[in-house]
Amino acid sequence: MAEKQTQLKVSAIKDGTVLDHIPARSLFQVVDILDLAHSENPITIGVNLESKSQGRKGIIKIADRFFADEELNRIALAAPEATVNIIRDYEVVQKKKIDIPATVVGIAKCSNPMCVTNRQDVTTRFATIKDGKKVKLLCHYCEKTTEDFIPLRH
Amino acid sequence: MPKSLISIRDFSKEEILHIMEVAREMEANKSQKLLDGKVVACLFFEPSTRTRLSFETAANRLGARVIGFSDVTNTSISKGETLKDTIKMVSNYVDIIVMRHPLEGAARYASEVCDLPVVNAGDGANQHPSQTLLDLYTILQTQGRLENVTINMVGDLKYGRTVHSLLQAMSHFNPNFIFTAPDALRMPEEYKSFLDNRSIPYIETGSLQEHLGDCDILYMTRVQQERFSDPMEYEKYKDVYRLDASMLGGVRENMKILHPLPRVGEIAADVDDTPYAYYFKQAENGMYVRMAIIAYLLGYK
Repeated sequence: MAEKQTQLKVSAIKDGTVLDHIPARSLFQVVDILDLAHSENPITIGVNLESKSQGRKGIIKIADRFFADEELNRIALAAPEATVNIIRDYEVVQKKKIDIPATVVGIAKCSNPMCVTNRQDVTTRFATIKDGKKVKLLCHYCEKTTEDFIPLRH
Repeated sequence: MPKSLISIRDFSKEEILHIMEVAREMEANKSQKLLDGKVVACLFFEPSTRTRLSFETAANRLGARVIGFSDVTNTSISKGETLKDTIKMVSNYVDIIVMRHPLEGAARYASEVCDLPVVNAGDGANQHPSQTLLDLYTILQTQGRLENVTINMVGDLKYGRTVHSLLQAMSHFNPNFIFTAPDALRMPEEYKSFLDNRSIPYIETGSLQEHLGDCDILYMTRVQQERFSDPMEYEKYKDVYRLDASMLGGVRENMKILHPLPRVGEIAADVDDTPYAYYFKQAENGMYVRMAIIAYLLGYK
């Protein structure tokens, strides 16, 4: 009798980007930020995986796709602790840290219901404020601070 | 992009002082035809008679003509026109836009979709920078200086945008603050840490009487009904402070009472006849300051 497989196999990617150490609750926000729902690349998404350091984490593997630093840094809004591995020919050729961008255009929604960006067709724009591990967003228009990242729907 | 006045944070200390100087010239010479042939748009997407008349008079006294609307009922906005389209259309006709809008950030956005200077005459609960500049002008006029003034802010310090903007603007000038508010309407933490970061001293109290004698400026504000979602809460706080002439026995000789107006119950009518009342003159100053703002943004001063 064949032995039961106790571990789910997630295939390694040959070339591409692996985003690891994403807090489980932020995983789908990262998917939104990178607009992966509209991507044609092969993508593996894992969520609620056990992690020694984080409890439950998420991981995203995107084959044949390499992001500009500017795109990756947007992840800081939802998962500043995420790590980025660049894979070439099955090897990790580069590890990147996420830097918090100074400004954020689009992507996030202002939490102030009276803000012009929520009532008219205006692209959101924020300055980032680092508050411990968290990133807060200061709205360029209404000047209010958004504490928790709310993704704009694509 | 031409210089606009959207938030008090857009003006440096030097620019603030320049506006003070120009406003003084305007007060000394109340009709100057600097803007002969110019057209000023006053677009009031929500009504505000006081602010609109002040801006329109300022433009008229500079020799400019004024177009605009005082509410949106009879305009294409009620047909669903976007703010962007309204601003783009008007910007083809005029030289400068003064606007009030219920949405926060609306004036900033307007300044980005047209090539004209824009003056924010109030964007919801956010900013009202001409009010702040006229407050500064009045403080300078009554105290002979902006540096080292002690300001006692009274009333709704939580939602009151005038006190927040005044606090930011005064931070250039080594002020001392006293915050008089009921517990539920205290100055928000973000403004207190703004002051802490600049080592600007402040004390907080719930008692109006306690620090009446310790300040140069008593800045009274109205508890605004529209900021309360619960009418019971509003009832609790609307009359929390009431200043009358009998309370002014121990105040400093140079002390002046300011109020952005309109007042409801917070200043009794008998205060009007004391030498400390200055709120009507403060409102008049608004016109000179708005003349200065318009002339400066159009490059005439």
